Amino acid sequence: MRFSDQFEQRFSEMLTHYPTKRSVLVPTLLYAQDETGFLSDEVIAEIAGRLELSELDVRNVISYYSMLTTKRRGKFNVQVCTNIACMLRGGEELFEHCEKKLGIGHKGTTLDGAFSLEEVECIGGCSWAPAVQVNYDFHENLTPEKMDRVLADYRNRLHE
Amino acid sequence: MPDVNITIDGKKVTAPAGTLLIEACKSVGIEVPSFCYYPNLSLQGACRMCLVKIEKMPKLQTACTTVITEGMAVSTDTPEIHQARKGMVELLLGNHPLDCPVCDAGGECELQDMTFSYGAAESRYIEPKHHREEQQWSPVVYFDRPRCILCYRCVRVCGEGMDVWALGVQNRGVSSIIAPNQEDHLECEECGMCIDICPVGALTSGAYRYKTRPWEMNHVGTPCTHCADGCKTTLGVRRSDTGMEIVRGDNRDKSGINGDFLCIKGRYAFDFVDSAERITRPLIRKDGQLTPASWEEAFQLVGRNFRETLERHGGQAIGVFGSNRTTNEENYLLQKFARVVLQTNNIDHHRTADFPALAAALAGKSGRTASMRDVYSAPAILLIGSDPTEQHPLLAWQIRNNVRLHRARLYVVNSQSIKLRRQATLFAQVPESGGEAAFIDFLAGNAAHAGENAAQLQDLRDKVRAEPELVVIFGSELRGESIARLVNALPQAKFVSLGDYANSRGAADMGLYPDLLPGYLPLDKGSSFAADWGTLPTLPGLNFLQMSESAKAGQLKALYVVGANPINRFKVDPFAFSIVRIADAMGFEVHKLVPFRRGEPADMGQSRGAQSGEADRHAVWLEAHGLEPKMSPFDPMAIFDEIQRLVPGYEVARLNLMAGNDQHTEFSGLGALQDPGLIVPANDGLFTSGTLGRYSKVLNSVSENQHRTEQTEVAAD
Repeated sequence: MRFSDQFEQRFSEMLTHYPTKRSVLVPTLLYAQDETGFLSDEVIAEIAGRLELSELDVRNVISYYSMLTTKRRGKFNVQVCTNIACMLRGGEELFEHCEKKLGIGHKGTTLDGAFSLEEVECIGGCSWAPAVQVNYDFHENLTPEKMDRVLADYRNRLHE
Repeated sequence: MPDVNITIDGKKVTAPAGTLLIEACKSVGIEVPSFCYYPNLSLQGACRMCLVKIEKMPKLQTACTTVITEGMAVSTDTPEIHQARKGMVELLLGNHPLDCPVCDAGGECELQDMTFSYGAAESRYIEPKHHREEQQWSPVVYFDRPRCILCYRCVRVCGEGMDVWALGVQNRGVSSIIAPNQEDHLECEECGMCIDICPVGALTSGAYRYKTRPWEMNHVGTPCTHCADGCKTTLGVRRSDTGMEIVRGDNRDKSGINGDFLCIKGRYAFDFVDSAERITRPLIRKDGQLTPASWEEAFQLVGRNFRETLERHGGQAIGVFGSNRTTNEENYLLQKFARVVLQTNNIDHHRTADFPALAAALAGKSGRTASMRDVYSAPAILLIGSDPTEQHPLLAWQIRNNVRLHRARLYVVNSQSIKLRRQATLFAQVPESGGEAAFIDFLAGNAAHAGENAAQLQDLRDKVRAEPELVVIFGSELRGESIARLVNALPQAKFVSLGDYANSRGAADMGLYPDLLPGYLPLDKGSSFAADWGTLPTLPGLNFLQMSESAKAGQLKALYVVGANPINRFKVDPFAFSIVRIADAMGFEVHKLVPFRRGEPADMGQSRGAQSGEADRHAVWLEAHGLEPKMSPFDPMAIFDEIQRLVPGYEVARLNLMAGNDQHTEFSGLGALQDPGLIVPANDGLFTSGTLGRYSKVLNSVSENQHRTEQTEVAAD
């Protein structure tokens, strides 16, 4: 199992921050997921081995955090906030629009592997609600029309 | 620690600072209910059952996570608290099946008790329950998910207590589930602690489930028959067609030295008792065939042959080989029978530890042996050799808990990277075969270490010597002179020598040696015995290997073997003993099997069928078999009187003994240095137990057993 040099650098740096190896588990999982898209059995075994934890232990932590996943996601993970501020400003309609547009539901992935959709809790964009997060990028003050442009933009990037 | 004064329900309570409120309540007999709290496990605060009212605190507080402070005023029984607890139970019952009458835990379920206490039996929920099929995680562990109340006791006892970490919690909140380490099954030590500790019927035991109800059993406390740790196991017994049937083993009442701890063997491996292959009648070889016979006939044959051999060839022509599984009283009687009746010192047993050498090293010193309790409380432990996790599960449990709860320092010296290194302050790996003994030379001397990991060993020596209070535990790797050197090197330490079988120590204490009388007294120091027993044989006895040679030379004419199988392990030629062979397992306990395996040549193999250790029952049994006139009734108390009168080191409180409590005995005889080659380790692991293990269905059923290497047969089997 090989990760990027940047991952390895971060990993060994983090190990020095805490008294026990276990403490770096959550950020390590997140960085690994950023590289590999999801946490495969292979990744879990690798990280468990590095941190001297059982695979069960690693799986327990993954299952606790909704941002960590053991299932393959689309290249762009569309996370629509429907928490209170976004809901009042049309977040739920936006989510439904995305469902229709992408043809998938909550936690679904399009057949071509381009998009995944998730209904998420507050992402901290309340001042510019409704907000959507695609991977690590924020899109704010959205309407269904604006959302279409956002999605089209990402679809174009697929071919880059 | 300084004491703290608090008030609980108007009662003044004083407890050491740092005490948890729930424990302070318990100390004055006020029960605060809890599911997730369990003494000596980490605090969880998950179940919210232990809510109490503390003055000046705005909300109810969890008693299990609150440490008492001076002047704290607590109420545990108010309408508000009742309402809160009732609410908790109601929520727990939201998805918990309400089928107590068919649940395996019915009658000993903590949730059932709480529901009755707080009257939450009526539910306001009308939503359908989430049903999940029951899962089998191993031959002994079943999991019924809807019954689980997520107290996480099982997860903690498996991880913190056992250091196995085979159980985990997946997902979160209401969708949390307890998960085994291999997705759909468990790979672990199969100790059953998770089942034992489960407050409800979520985890159940494959060996016990749905067989009976707790109130239908009688509970009999007895020492476990497997390893030498001396755990107490409480057997649930019930009347059956064939007499009494053992249905369950546990130690839920926490009596005995092991508290509630038991390993797979103590908890499940009593089932060899019911093996269909067990021999319950005497067998006499007639025309080359082992033929069932009456007890009358068997005893006559044995008596006649012994008498003839004795008259014609003298006591030197008879050998006796005793057992590591019989009681002290039986072993004492056996060697007395050999020395007084058969007039021979040719008596031996399968030695798994060099107790006589330790006795010799400690001669004249008192208070230098440690007990299993010391292992839990000592501030520092040095472990040399052995692998307690595999061979001495209770010892490993005590060490782990001492390290975890009392921050004891553990120093491990071993040729293998044993699992307890995970708890060790310092672990030094030494070369195989002889590394441990070489370490003792290094420890005893002042020379610098020349070999590998010199700096580490040097550090270990310095640290161990500087420990003011130290318990030293060593396995059979150390024998003879090494033990004396070890004792002299660490004058501040207390010692534990690890034997392998349930009563290895007793067999040694009771003098199953050719050169030692009970209490490790050399033959020429036995005047007290001679005064009591009459004339004793003066010729020095033969050890087992010498007996075998003697038989080959045609001098040894009879061998009396009790509860052991010396032939295979000592690699002697069984046909050396082809002249007269008398094998007998004159056991006084239910746990007895045929001493020789099927197909082994033996003139008589017997195992008593009597079902109990009570003297009066024994008398009834003797009477029923027409033997009463020929054998005096076996009265363990009378024998124990004699042992206490004659054997030094057995000045123990009899009341404690009869109550089933552990009693520590010291070595007090002179001991002796003997041939270390006679010590043959049993090499039993967690899932094997010699012959007993081979006849235990449970031990053979767990898959972990299959992974291990084939066991070689040893003498005490």
